Amino acid sequence: MTERNFTILIWFLLLAFVLFANQIGEIYWITLATRAAIFAIAGIGLNLALGNGGMISFGHAAYFGLGGYAVGILATHAQNYTPIYDGLFLLEGTQSMLITWSLAVLLGGLAALVIGLLCLRTDGAYFIMITLAFGQMFYYFAITWNAYGGEDGMSIYVRGGFPGVNTLAPMPFFLLSFAVLTVVLLVIRMVNNSPFGLALNAVPHSPARVETVGISTKNLKLIAFVISGMITALAGALFADLNRYVSPAMFSWTISGEIMIFVILGGVARLIGPVVGAIVFVALEEILGGLSEFWHIYLGLLLLIIVLFAKGGVTGALVKKRSVADV
Amino acid sequence: MTLLLIEQILNGLQLGVMLFLMAAGLTLVFGVMGLINLAHGSLFMVGAFAAAFIANLTGSYLLALIASAVVAAFAGILIEVLVIRRLYTRDHLDQVLATFALILIFSEGTRMIFGSFPLYLNIPDVLAGPISLPFGIEYPLFRLVLIVIGLAVAAGLYALITRTRIGIQIQAGESDREMISALGINISVLYTIVFALGAGLAGLAGALVGTLQSVEVGMGEPVLITAFVVIVIGGIGSIQGALLGAILVGLVQTLGAYLLPIWSVALLGSQDVGSILSSMLIYILMALILLVKPKGLLGSAA
Repeated sequence: MTERNFTILIWFLLLAFVLFANQIGEIYWITLATRAAIFAIAGIGLNLALGNGGMISFGHAAYFGLGGYAVGILATHAQNYTPIYDGLFLLEGTQSMLITWSLAVLLGGLAALVIGLLCLRTDGAYFIMITLAFGQMFYYFAITWNAYGGEDGMSIYVRGGFPGVNTLAPMPFFLLSFAVLTVVLLVIRMVNNSPFGLALNAVPHSPARVETVGISTKNLKLIAFVISGMITALAGALFADLNRYVSPAMFSWTISGEIMIFVILGGVARLIGPVVGAIVFVALEEILGGLSEFWHIYLGLLLLIIVLFAKGGVTGALVKKRSVADV
Repeated sequence: MTLLLIEQILNGLQLGVMLFLMAAGLTLVFGVMGLINLAHGSLFMVGAFAAAFIANLTGSYLLALIASAVVAAFAGILIEVLVIRRLYTRDHLDQVLATFALILIFSEGTRMIFGSFPLYLNIPDVLAGPISLPFGIEYPLFRLVLIVIGLAVAAGLYALITRTRIGIQIQAGESDREMISALGINISVLYTIVFALGAGLAGLAGALVGTLQSVEVGMGEPVLITAFVVIVIGGIGSIQGALLGAILVGLVQTLGAYLLPIWSVALLGSQDVGSILSSMLIYILMALILLVKPKGLLGSAA
């Protein structure tokens, strides 16, 4: 199977699964698929930095959490009818997804810009440790920020609204998330085929050559890192709307690890990789989690086996050979 | 005020030496084998649980401490032989993923055996209570003992690395791996020893810190991440850097948590800003040091 066909197949299967679930009235399955679609978006974000740019970020929970907190904070003000800022001008909370999600993406991009500027001064093991450390900084920040729930987080009483969509029902909310996923996939495909994407793909393999043709690898990486943070923040915003709850746990280092698992399970640096990974992860969580309270131990063993013996993940095993050109 | 400040400085020193026990193993393993080991926090946890189990069984705190280091070292040897050994030639991504997988296995495994409730390690009676220091300072004896143990381990480690045969081999391993195996030293055994040494130190730290707090699943990772901050600040691979970074982070963390809320109340009337800032302080310190010295205070080009 070519990678392109595999990508279309997976996209179609996810949609078909939900339509089938909707038909037989399994609402819970729809919610699971929504969760998978949102995790996939987070993974796609990380994949751009990790897979394409070779930047091993173990701190993407920071952007995921920021996206969630953007939604949570705006919603808290909206539902309590308290302005965020009331001075020279009036700034009020809102539950319009168009605004909350935009703010989430903006915040994610800003944070990724600052963290990227700092972290890209280094590379290798330093990069991993520093991204992990900054991720943890946001975690402690959220825990000590008592104005917005501290350790308890914030509940969103009613899911935000989107023009023309009844977001309160599971099926329309899935379709909305799926549409976002599709747009993100198309954007990434466009990026991959652009001169920027081609140069970025070359960075991990031969940075010297990229520099030689007059392109700054540092700028390439920074731009990719910022886009990566923005996409993962968008996923965090959707996740907050899905659960109608945000808490410091969204910033936890385990989330960074899980986002990385989506990428690895599916296959690094492949367009559909994180989608496959997220679907497999949610399926495992559901099936193994149902069998044993200690399902993480099996997840750990699986991950260990994949890393030690099966590089390339699920997509690598099912797709003929690696080629960016036929995506 | 001054007395409290001195007490906080001692607390900072105590946190610092405990961080050093963690950071020393991490930085040794990275320096000698080029491995980034996320599962180091799991070894910390294993040591704490081993100590709690033995203390419960025998009632002896000393035995518990010995058990913490020994069990963690054996757990270290086990994972080194089964998993870690295959990772030395792999890239950092594989190392991160495989050791992250080990965290999941260790954490859930421990939860299966001991359950989700925290265990408690009690301070032994001889070390309980305060001690009077000069200038009328009353300070918990146990914390003072931690400082002494930490400094003693640091001195012992320094002697081990500079004065013994194995230490010279470790140093040689840090500068030229291929050469020392060419000289007929069994590099694979050396790697296992270094890993076990780091694991033992982490286990000991787990038992000591677990005595002050509680022994529970997931206790290792926050310490691990702080230890990463320590070695990034000190310079990865440098033992002296780890000690300097650990003391610096310990002091900044403790004094920040004490002073910033007080200053915040004085300036702004509320301690919120101070608390938030103090929780972020060591990361800000790390960011500042990165701006000036991207390879850490005592780091050489990796």
